[in-house]
Amino acid sequence: MVTLTINGKTVSVPQGTMLLKAVQEAGIDLPTLCYHDALSPYGACRLCMVTITAPHHAIVASCVYPVEEGLAVETDTEPAIRARRLALEFLMSRCPTSDVIRKMAENEGITSSRFGVPSPEQMDELCVLCGLCVRVCRDVIGAAAISFIGRGTDRKVGTPFELQSDSCIGCGACAEICPTGAIRIEDQGNKRILHTWNTTVKLSACPECGRFFTPKPTLFLKDIFPEVEDYWDLCPACKQHKTTRQWLNAGSKEGL
Amino acid sequence: MSILYPQRPRIIVGMATCGLAAGADEVFDALREEADRLGFDLTLLATGCIGYCQQEPLVDVRMPDLGRVLYAKMTPERARNLITALSTGKLPAEHALASIPEEDSNTRKRPEHLSAVPLISELPFYTQQHKIVLRNSGLIDPFSIEEYIARDGYQALSRTLLHLSSQDVIDEITQSGLRGRGGGGFPTGKKWGVCSNETGEPKYIICNADEGDPGAYMDRTVLESDPYSVIEGMTIGGYAIGANSGYVYVRNEYPLAIERINRAIARAEECGLLGEEIFGSGFNFSIKVVRGAGAFVCGEETALIASIEGGLGEPRPRPPYPAKNGLWGKPTIINNVKTLASVSAIVSKGARWYSNIGTKGNTGTVVFSLVGKVANTGLVEVPLGLTLKEMIEGIGNGGLAGRRVKAVQTGGPSGGCLPARLFDLPINYEALTQAGSIMGSGGMVVMDEDTCMVDVARYFLNFTMAESCGKCTPCREGTRYMYEILTRIVEGQATPEDVVLLEELAIWVKETSLCGLGQTAPNPVLTTLRYFHDEYDAHIMEKRCPAGVCRALIQLTIDPELCNGCGLCMRECPVGAISGEKKKPHFIDPKMCTQCRTCHDVCPEGAVKIVR
Repeated sequence: MVTLTINGKTVSVPQGTMLLKAVQEAGIDLPTLCYHDALSPYGACRLCMVTITAPHHAIVASCVYPVEEGLAVETDTEPAIRARRLALEFLMSRCPTSDVIRKMAENEGITSSRFGVPSPEQMDELCVLCGLCVRVCRDVIGAAAISFIGRGTDRKVGTPFELQSDSCIGCGACAEICPTGAIRIEDQGNKRILHTWNTTVKLSACPECGRFFTPKPTLFLKDIFPEVEDYWDLCPACKQHKTTRQWLNAGSKEGL
Repeated sequence: MSILYPQRPRIIVGMATCGLAAGADEVFDALREEADRLGFDLTLLATGCIGYCQQEPLVDVRMPDLGRVLYAKMTPERARNLITALSTGKLPAEHALASIPEEDSNTRKRPEHLSAVPLISELPFYTQQHKIVLRNSGLIDPFSIEEYIARDGYQALSRTLLHLSSQDVIDEITQSGLRGRGGGGFPTGKKWGVCSNETGEPKYIICNADEGDPGAYMDRTVLESDPYSVIEGMTIGGYAIGANSGYVYVRNEYPLAIERINRAIARAEECGLLGEEIFGSGFNFSIKVVRGAGAFVCGEETALIASIEGGLGEPRPRPPYPAKNGLWGKPTIINNVKTLASVSAIVSKGARWYSNIGTKGNTGTVVFSLVGKVANTGLVEVPLGLTLKEMIEGIGNGGLAGRRVKAVQTGGPSGGCLPARLFDLPINYEALTQAGSIMGSGGMVVMDEDTCMVDVARYFLNFTMAESCGKCTPCREGTRYMYEILTRIVEGQATPEDVVLLEELAIWVKETSLCGLGQTAPNPVLTTLRYFHDEYDAHIMEKRCPAGVCRALIQLTIDPELCNGCGLCMRECPVGAISGEKKKPHFIDPKMCTQCRTCHDVCPEGAVKIVR
């Protein structure tokens, strides 16, 4: 365990913990967009800035700073607040209609950004380039269907050449993990349309009820988890149905 | 030694990218053809960069028993005349820049008719230089491993592999005081020590040749002029940290450098100086060349690693440092080209020799490409601790055409602009950082009264904005908003509040960005605000550009007293804004004029005036 001080309070956390987790454990709320427990730290959004006061003095992004014994941290110094506010102002300008960003900014005490006049197309922009979708697709799902394209202010996320992706399995993890709801996915009949990725995948129908429910490309999971074979084809409702029936049958056999 | 000092005439032509751009290949062909035509027996070779870019194409002629002379600004015509003179047994004085004294006695005498030609060490451009990294540059054939060896090459590696332990090498480098020449200035020996103590296997050593600063060409020149010095340095580094493979990461925009380093690697392998059992010591080492795809950020070490791994060239947070967790997750050392070229010299001549050059804490030499509005441009290597004044006024010989030098920018696009009143500053890592600039990799851009400092800041911000990878918010968005504000200022649209906001942005982008690119990108803004605030004020309060650069704030007029009505400006004006009768003063219509300055540049009478 490593012991450190956060806003004067002593906290003990396991070695290797990132400072952001330690701060959260101490019950302190810090804004963050690019951090997720399931993924390795990335340090891109620069919202979780805090001041380290010992052993040296620095402003750091807490999500990528590993805790050290004897570290002293202040979350609400003037520089840390200014750094967080500026990053939020940048993101407000980038995504002027995002409620998530607006609320985060209000929590940090700002209501408007001093930068730039948003262009009409920016009014639809919700992506903050936190990279969670890219990383979950690559590091957790293993599909690597999307990546960053371009650099600097032209940076965006997409499939190769922004065309229909053959690697996308339509699992929707990207949309699930996106903190700002920037990824649009829609199920239409036997298709799942991933609008943001210009990609459509076929859905598989439940053999029991005939409802389309799971992307066909995810069915390879059957081979990975053969022990639960019966269940891959079924939609969640029929699965539940079937399980309940099995329990009832088993119960009646035992004379319950 | 007979390779370098043969008993027949030896002519070498500076043919790095700089020389080629000045027409060295035509000079080379002319020398060859004329010599063949006259049946004049000589050794004719291409070498790397001789350094004095201003004087290119440069031809170095060594006549046994006569002497050795460097000829400047050669043309095919002059080359043919030179051969004619040489074939009659004469070293001509025409176009001779300097004579080069040599160790061997045959050429020590200076012929009488050349008495007016200065020694190379007497040229202001060379007087204060001390060449270690560039020790062979412009003297040897970069393809010839024999010439490299004849100039004491591979002595360091043989000493390393046969007589030193890896700890001895690290100690030697530590004692020499060598610091990272890529700009960071981290002690090289210390870095190697950390990596050497790591237990992960295999380890890697990478040579960072992803030089991308506008106006800087130090690393390119070293690879083009003396590739074996880098290969030897890498092999020594590999031995010191326990790595058996190395990578040279070089940008694809350097085709000649890539060709030369590849050929040098192949030749070193052929000679058993790379590969298995080098010098029969049991040490194996191989080098691969990886070409960068043109992203400035890939010069940052973690982005460079990502790029070699085939990933997107974007940095990741440190720690962990590459010395612990680098390429493919293994302990990795990344050194700049110049650092590695210094290593081979240090191990061969000893730590004490190196640490006596320069100043305490800043030992050794540093290579700069001295460019911009300075009389002498070129690639120079000086001991650390030389002052900016000695550099610019001594080696550079002051401003162009006698103009007053106003500022110097060190460290590339992420460096700062330092004003002339600070030119007494010594060139070392700490002094430059304290003044708001950085040592950087070795770019040095000189600016004079015709340079607008706001425009300069905007130019560099445009570069860093375009080269920001876009991963972290402050660098991606902050450079863009700084650029927007600077654009408003040069267009005369800015308010005093804009400057306050600009400064705030600069401070916080520097403070909160993820990698070195964002952390240094605001330097041009911060230093120009600090040292040239009056120029910002003039743009904002008076809507005036004192240097007469910013288009929206200047007007062009023709002085009727000076105009002779030649009509050249009228013909050249791209928008047809100039009118006038032949042999009578012409006139610019201010409504049509776009302030492109073409008329100003073409007028033979200097009659076009810039109203600031």
